[in-house]
Amino acid sequence: MTTTQKVCLTVNGIAHEAHVEPRTTLADLLRGELALTGTHVGCEHGVCGACTVQLDGRTVRSCLMLAVQAEGANLKTVEGMEDDGKLHPIQQAFIEEHGLQCGFCTPGFMMTVDELLRDNPDPSEDEIRDALGGQICRCTGYQSILRSVKRATVKLRDAQVADSTTQS
Amino acid sequence: MKPAQFEFAAPDTLTEAISLLQQHEEGDVKIIAGGQSLLPLLSMRMARPEFLVDLNRIAELRYIRLEGDWLAIGAMTSKRDVERSELVRERQPALLAATQLVGHQQIRNRGTVGGSMAHADPAAEYPALALALGAELQAVGPAGERRIAAEDFFQSYLMTALEPTEVLTEVRIPVLEPATGWSFLEVARRHGDFALGGAAATVRLDSKGDFSDVRLVLFGVSAASLRLREVEQLLTGQPPSETLFREAGDRASQGIEDPLSDVHASAEYRRHLAGVLTIRALEEATRRTGPGEETTA
Repeated sequence: MTTTQKVCLTVNGIAHEAHVEPRTTLADLLRGELALTGTHVGCEHGVCGACTVQLDGRTVRSCLMLAVQAEGANLKTVEGMEDDGKLHPIQQAFIEEHGLQCGFCTPGFMMTVDELLRDNPDPSEDEIRDALGGQICRCTGYQSILRSVKRATVKLRDAQVADSTTQS
Repeated sequence: MKPAQFEFAAPDTLTEAISLLQQHEEGDVKIIAGGQSLLPLLSMRMARPEFLVDLNRIAELRYIRLEGDWLAIGAMTSKRDVERSELVRERQPALLAATQLVGHQQIRNRGTVGGSMAHADPAAEYPALALALGAELQAVGPAGERRIAAEDFFQSYLMTALEPTEVLTEVRIPVLEPATGWSFLEVARRHGDFALGGAAATVRLDSKGDFSDVRLVLFGVSAASLRLREVEQLLTGQPPSETLFREAGDRASQGIEDPLSDVHASAEYRRHLAGVLTIRALEEATRRTGPGEETTA
């Protein structure tokens, strides 16, 4: 018999409290308890990258973390990308360059591209390819995704010029 | 694909962690560090511990320090921190090269230095690196602290010298000595995958240009990382040459007693790979003994 444990965490700026069994993965906490189903679960063993979220600003596989390990953590998921109904420049770029087909892998790509462009606002093509290495797109739309990231780079730069107060 | 039930504790100190291990010693207790290997094992129910002790809240186990000619790295330091460390880049480029071959960024953000060592996967980069560089591993248990040489630490497939109530606390890696050439290579189907095979080498040349000090380790080809002393002896005292490297490759290939064979690669393929990787690693390490090459990552 296992008892549940309390977890307090912040997701996309909102504080949550949940009670979970220790064996619950972070992905299942997000989807099941918090109803944040934007985070997708593909392989459940860390290979596909669909469940990638940001933990204190760093991308992690939410299937490779226990929910109880996220106690006190500050998380960002794909739901935290948009701003008051307005798509994030990375999301907009993916639409414009057809960076998604079925969309299953897209939330993971969003998280990884967001981290990449924060660390390196002007990545080379090799750096983009390297950063995307941990995300699998089973529609195989990699070339469009690559173009989407390049367009997002430009959009983010323009947005920053247009509004010097914009925070990445 | 859901883990079986277990109990969980995340202590704030090493002392608490060790006492939890002692309390649950009779049951199946496991330590979780980065969890990047353990979570898949739990989800596939290949591991079914009764109790997990999480080390992530123990802040004292995260650091990278220079202590004399050693890099002292706290066991819970993430691979991401290693990858971004100026100290590592400047003082031990082979560690940086090995780190960049571990999984993907998302895995390196979470995966730890100590976790890879304690898990001792035969295809993992860190145990091979530790053997090749002559690293030391520090463990703390109820009886106190001890340092274990890498060659005594890694015993067999997923087996180390750690006692059930001991925690690996620090990995000590010698800095790159001047005029030492190094190489760290692997072959994988896709970047970030587990290696089908890999090689780590360090070499030094004497004043005549002959090999004076050679260390060669293969990984991913047998049950544990393997130091090839016979090949090291063959090279010592000889000048580098294509013929010598080829002979070293042949010996390395024959020297693997029981090559791994699985769905990814046959034993025969891995035996072949052992030879090829040996030659490539020795060539690259020898090239890097040249002036100005020591720190090229």
